[in-house]
Amino acid sequence: MEIENTGKEKDRFIITVTGRIDAVTAPEFETRLLDWINAGETRLIVDLGGLEYISSAGLRSILTIAKNLKTKQGKLALCSLRDTVKEVFEISGFSTIIPVCESVAAAVKEK
Amino acid sequence: MPEITSPARMAHLERLIQFVARHAETAHFPTQRIREIELAVEEILVNIFSYAYPDTTGDVSLTCRVEDDLRLVLEISDTGTPFNILNVPAPNVAAGIYERQVGGLGVFFVKKMADEAHYRRDGDRNILMLIFGRHRHGAEGQEHAGGVQK
Repeated sequence: MEIENTGKEKDRFIITVTGRIDAVTAPEFETRLLDWINAGETRLIVDLGGLEYISSAGLRSILTIAKNLKTKQGKLALCSLRDTVKEVFEISGFSTIIPVCESVAAAVKEK
Repeated sequence: MPEITSPARMAHLERLIQFVARHAETAHFPTQRIREIELAVEEILVNIFSYAYPDTTGDVSLTCRVEDDLRLVLEISDTGTPFNILNVPAPNVAAGIYERQVGGLGVFFVKKMADEAHYRRDGDRNILMLIFGRHRHGAEGQEHAGGVQK
């Protein structure tokens, strides 16, 4: 898994994750995002276009992050989900509790 | 039948998943189907790593074969606490963000991704057999996970 901050548009902090979020890599994913949140970035767009795999451990991390942001009146948007990642979000119902956008550009336009 | 045995520890997760994925790749399963199989295998293994050996360490064994390039038949076994993971209740996948629990989601994925899932206790072993066709069967398999279906 690779994770990096790839820009900022308006007040939206953009993070790109590639590779796999599994039980081994999920803790690092969660820690990195919480570090950015604690540093004051509370409006996050996470680009998952390069993510090929996510398991329930990754969903657990995303839920933790989303709940954390709610308490800070922040916002989390996930973008560009594909293939199995998209399927996992749909089967689990996560796509109904976490905003999912077609692209980073579409997420930036959301309020 | 090809078999791999490893300590039941997270450090071995990738190697064990790759063992199964290679069989599916060799039989030219579609990439998305291979990811689905990997997901099911991870969820089962992580559960074994976390709960099978509460007071000790132990092994996990996988055997895998592909029949006629059509069905991947996998057995995952451990010698830990007797436990039928298929009995774990399904999560409420319609719950809101605050009510959301992730517990149970792993086995829910297993039931969604596998065509068949069978548990048996054989002597001191828990054995879970999973069978995967080349494509995922519609949202509902013969294993009714309960909860909300599309």
